[in-house]
Amino acid sequence: MDSEKIPWRWEEGGLTVTRSTAWSGPGCHNGCGMLLYTNAEGKLVKVEADPDHPYNRGRMSCVRCLALPEVVYHPDRLQHPMKRVGARGENKWERISWDEAYDTIEQRLNKIKAEYGAESVLFSIGTARDQAPYVSRLAYSFGSPHWITMISGYACYLPRVAAGILTQGAYLEPDLAQLYSAGCDDPNWTVPECIIVWGCNPVVSNPDSSLGTWVVDCMKRGSKLIVVDPRLTWLAKKADVWLQIRPGTDTALALGMLDIIVKEGLYDKEFVEQWTFGFEQLSARVAEYPVERVSEITWIPKEKIEAAARLFGKSKPANIKWGVAVDMTRQSHAAAQAIQALWTITGNIDVPGGMFSAAPPFGVIGMADWGTEYLSEEMLAKRFGVDKYPLYNFGFKVGQPDMCLEQMETGVPYPIKAAWIQTTNFLACTSPDPKRTQAAFEKLDFNVVVDLFMTPTAVALADIVLPATTFAERDGMRTFWQPIEIINKAIEPVGDTRSDMQICMDLGKRFRSDMWPWDTVQDMFTEMLAPSGLTWEELREVAPPYPPYEYRKHEKGHARFDGGVGFNTPTGRIELYCAAYESWGIDPLPAFTEPDDSPVSSPDLYAEYPLVLTTGARSWSSFHSEHRQIPHLRALKPDPVVEIHPDAAAKYRVKDGDWVWLENQRGRARRKVVVTPIMDPRVVNTDHGWWLPETEGAAPNLYGIGDVNINNLVPWGAAGATGFGANYKSMLCKIYKVAEGEM
Amino acid sequence: MARSGLLIDYDFCTGCHVCEVACQMEYHYPADKSGIQVQEIGPWKITEDKWQLSYVPVPTDLCNLCAGRVAKGRLPACVAACQQSVMKFGPVQDLLAELESKPKQVLFAPK
Repeated sequence: MDSEKIPWRWEEGGLTVTRSTAWSGPGCHNGCGMLLYTNAEGKLVKVEADPDHPYNRGRMSCVRCLALPEVVYHPDRLQHPMKRVGARGENKWERISWDEAYDTIEQRLNKIKAEYGAESVLFSIGTARDQAPYVSRLAYSFGSPHWITMISGYACYLPRVAAGILTQGAYLEPDLAQLYSAGCDDPNWTVPECIIVWGCNPVVSNPDSSLGTWVVDCMKRGSKLIVVDPRLTWLAKKADVWLQIRPGTDTALALGMLDIIVKEGLYDKEFVEQWTFGFEQLSARVAEYPVERVSEITWIPKEKIEAAARLFGKSKPANIKWGVAVDMTRQSHAAAQAIQALWTITGNIDVPGGMFSAAPPFGVIGMADWGTEYLSEEMLAKRFGVDKYPLYNFGFKVGQPDMCLEQMETGVPYPIKAAWIQTTNFLACTSPDPKRTQAAFEKLDFNVVVDLFMTPTAVALADIVLPATTFAERDGMRTFWQPIEIINKAIEPVGDTRSDMQICMDLGKRFRSDMWPWDTVQDMFTEMLAPSGLTWEELREVAPPYPPYEYRKHEKGHARFDGGVGFNTPTGRIELYCAAYESWGIDPLPAFTEPDDSPVSSPDLYAEYPLVLTTGARSWSSFHSEHRQIPHLRALKPDPVVEIHPDAAAKYRVKDGDWVWLENQRGRARRKVVVTPIMDPRVVNTDHGWWLPETEGAAPNLYGIGDVNINNLVPWGAAGATGFGANYKSMLCKIYKVAEGEM
Repeated sequence: MARSGLLIDYDFCTGCHVCEVACQMEYHYPADKSGIQVQEIGPWKITEDKWQLSYVPVPTDLCNLCAGRVAKGRLPACVAACQQSVMKFGPVQDLLAELESKPKQVLFAPK
C-alpha cells in the first residue's frame, strides 16, 4: 500500500471524502483509518473504512465508527458552555459564552491556587485517548502534578507498563505485523507459531493500540492459539487450548506453566544464560506451583495446563497478547512478572513474531506526560502515593488513585479543592464505590467537566460544563506506538463546541502562556512532531509514516539509554528476580495471592455470596460508558446483562430475560439474565460502564447509575503491594430476582 | 447478465455486526431492519474439548447486492466493511470455484 500517493481529500459522486483517523472522542484505544463522507452542506453523511489504511488493513474494526454520524448529530450533544444554576445534581444549567466560562475557571482555580497551592487541583481523565498529552500539559501549566484516572489501583494498562519498564526495561506487546505498513506481507516479519490471548478478547475489545484483526490474521496464517478466559468467547472456541480460568488466578496459571516449561527443559537456555537475571531463584519459586496445585487454584484441568505450557514452550516465535485482566488482579505486578517470565525464558523478546518493545513513533511525544520538565521535583513528589509506592516512578507520572480519593476525604497531607474532569465519566464507569467518589468530589469547591454529552458525572459534580467536538470536527494526530496518524477535520464543529486540544490550549495559555506559545493547534502539533522532522501539514501529505523497527536491540547496544549492550534495567538483564521490589519490601519473585473475596480466602462470604463475579467484558457496540444513547449501537445491546450457566440459573431460580440483582457485601446492580453454557457454573460475568441516558438525569437518579453501575460492588482502597492492581474482575456475589415495583 | 453473489468464509466470522450496521447506514434502515443479519449458531458443547459457536451473516430480502455502489465500481457496503475480510462479492461462477477451495464457506445469491 503506497499511502503517500493517496490524497487526504477528494470528491466522489457529489460527496467530499476526507481521510482521517478515528481517535477519541467518541472513544477507542486504536487509530483506524476512516473515510468521512460529507455532503454539499458540509454535513457528515457516512463513514467507511479507509481501504488503503495499513493500521486497520482496510477494514472496519467495529461497528462504532459506522454510527459516527449518529454521535455527531445526536440531539443530546452538548453544544454550548454552560454554568450550573441549581444545586449540584439538579441538572439545571444556563448557557454562557466561552469567554465567560474561561474567565470563571481561570479566576476560581487561580484563587484556589493562591490559597492552597496548585497541588490542590486535580486534572482527571479517563482512557484519555487522545487527550492525555494536552490534559497533562494543562495540569503542569497550572502547576499541579495531578493528572489522574479515578480507578482503584490504576488497574488499566499502567500496571503492566510500570512493571515492564522496571523489570524488562520496556513495555512489551506481541508482534502481530502491526509494525509494518505492509502488515503480514513484510519480509522482516515472521508468523508467530503460537499466540496466547491472555485476559482479553481482542476481536471485541480492540485493546490498547492493538486490533483483534491482527490476531485473526495470524490465525489465518497458521498461528496456534491458547486463550485464557473465564468465558467461551469466539477466540476461545477457535483456540487449540482454551483455559477456562477462575477469575483472579492468572498469576498461579503463569507460575504453573513456567514450572512445566522449566522442568521439561522447554526454555531457551542460551537466552536465559546470556540475558536474564535470577533464573535459578525463579525456578525454585515456580517449583512451589506444581500443576496439581495450580489446577486446584485455577479450576483448569491439569492436562490443559500441561498442553498449553508445552505448546507455548515448543513454539518459536511465540507471543502473548496480554490484557486488562492482568491489571485487574490485586497483585498485578506479580501477574505481570510471571507472564513476562513466560515470554522471557522462552527467548521470545524482540524477535520477529515475538514480543516487541512499544514506544511512541519516531520519538514523538506519546500518550501523556507532556511538559513534566516544567514542574519542580518538589512538586512532582507531591503526587499521591509516590513515597509509599515507588513503582509509580516507573512509566507514566501519575498518582495512586486510592490515595487520591482518601486525601480528598481527609485533606491530609494537603487539601484537594477543585477538579478539572475531561473525557471521563467515572461515576458511571471507572470508579469503584461511586457513591463514595461522588461524596468526595461534592466536597470540592469547584468542578469543571468537558465532554460530548451530559453524563451522570457532569450532572452530579460540575459547576461548569464545556462541550467537546468529536474527531470528525477537528484536526489532530495519533502517536501511540506506530505509525504516526493524521486526524483531518471533515466538518465544522457542531454548535459552539471546541476540540479537547483547543480547550486545553485556550486555558493553558491563561495559566502559563510560555508553555503554549502556539497560535493554532496545528502549530502545537508541529512542535510535538519535531523529533520526526515533519510538520503537521507535511504529516497530512505522507500519513501514516511507519518508523523502522529494529529487532534484537539488546544485542546491539540499542535498548539501553546509556548505549550499553543489554536491556534497560539496573542489571542490564531481564530481571526475573527483581531486586528493586525486594528493596521496597515486596517479594522479588512472582507469587500467587488469592483475591480478597474468593471461595478460598473468604469462605464465610462465599457461603452468603456463592458465585464468583467477573466484570468488564467488552461489548461490540460501546466503548466503556460511551454510546449508550446511540440508537443503532444501543439496539445491539439494549440492557446490561449477566451471563450465567444453565445449572446455576436453575439453582438460583432465574431464567433467561429475568431482571435480577447482583449483590455483595458492598452493594448491588441490576442486570438482565442471559443463560449460557459459555460460563463455568460457579462464575457469572457482567458488563461495566452502564448508565441509562434515556432516564432522569437529575439526582438522585443520575441516569440510573445507582441501579446499573456494577462498581457499586467494587471497593476503593484495595490496591496491591505496589499500589497497582485491584480486583475488579474477581469478586463474589449472589443473584436474585428484582421484586415488583423495584424498576 | 451473470448472477452475482456473496461468498462468506464463516470459519473466521467473529459475529461483530459490522456488515449489519454498514448496511443500515448505507440505506438509512432503522435499527431493527437490515439487508444482512448475523446469525449465531451455538454455543453448545460437541465433545469435552470442542464447541459449536459460529457466526454466519445472512442476506435478507432487503439485500440488493448494493447495485448502486457496484455500478460505480465499489464493493457492497458489507463486503467493504467486514472486520475480518471474510466476505467476497463477484459473479457466482467465479465464487463457486473459490467455494471449492476450502471448507466452512457459504455462497449466497440473494437476487
